[in-house]
Amino acid sequence: MSSRRSHSRQSSGLSRITDDQITDLIHQLQRLIPELRSRRSDKVSCSRVLQETCNYIRSLHREVDDLSDRLSALLASTDADSADAAIIRSLLMS
Amino acid sequence: MNNPKLLSLNSTTSLISRFTRGFIQALIRINKQRPVTSSSPREMYIRHRRIKSAADKSMALAVRSRRNWSRAVLARFRKKRRRHVLVRRITTCAMKKRGLENKKSGHKEASHGQANELRRLVPGGEAMDLCSLLEETAHYLKCLNTQVQVMRCVADSYSTI
Repeated sequence: MSSRRSHSRQSSGLSRITDDQITDLIHQLQRLIPELRSRRSDKVSCSRVLQETCNYIRSLHREVDDLSDRLSALLASTDADSADAAIIRSLLMS
Repeated sequence: MNNPKLLSLNSTTSLISRFTRGFIQALIRINKQRPVTSSSPREMYIRHRRIKSAADKSMALAVRSRRNWSRAVLARFRKKRRRHVLVRRITTCAMKKRGLENKKSGHKEASHGQANELRRLVPGGEAMDLCSLLEETAHYLKCLNTQVQVMRCVADSYSTI
């Protein structure tokens, strides 16, 4: 993977990035997205993969937002001592 | 958190522990700064923003400068402190123009619309060519997933006090 990256950087005019490289990267992305993971790669178009990637990133951002909301509400509701205990406990668990 | 796929890779495990440690330390700091009247909407909003920034910053710090997106996130935090918002906007416009010129040599023009959208979502994506953008997106997705899982774990353990 790193050798491929350095190869694409050497073609500094950006005119010799091959189709295969891009297709490989798009397939790699497809494997990471839960919705598209089970589909066969030739049935999913590149623009669909990019679209789903954008949707997935947006949904992850929303989840981070919701979790920060939840955490700030939890921090407000618990007092200092038990909050620190919970923090240490979650540290040990992870 | 006990997903065997996650734990099988050493790099991912150390990423999780680096992020968790930084995030928990930030949470402890935020908790200590809590004022007496901590339930006003404004206080809640400020704390929400602080926690979100702490999460994003801890993840970028856990990745360090190995990736374009983490460098962009850390630069954004440094610039926020210096408040050079105008400079950032001008630089971003110039980079976008440059990015459009470079794309003419690429292929798959039909997906350029989505590629632009992706550039907006991935930090630092404006100045990258399509190849690097796709690689950065893959790594960014992995780290975002990790961030969400750790935050969920922390929130769950908080609510079971």
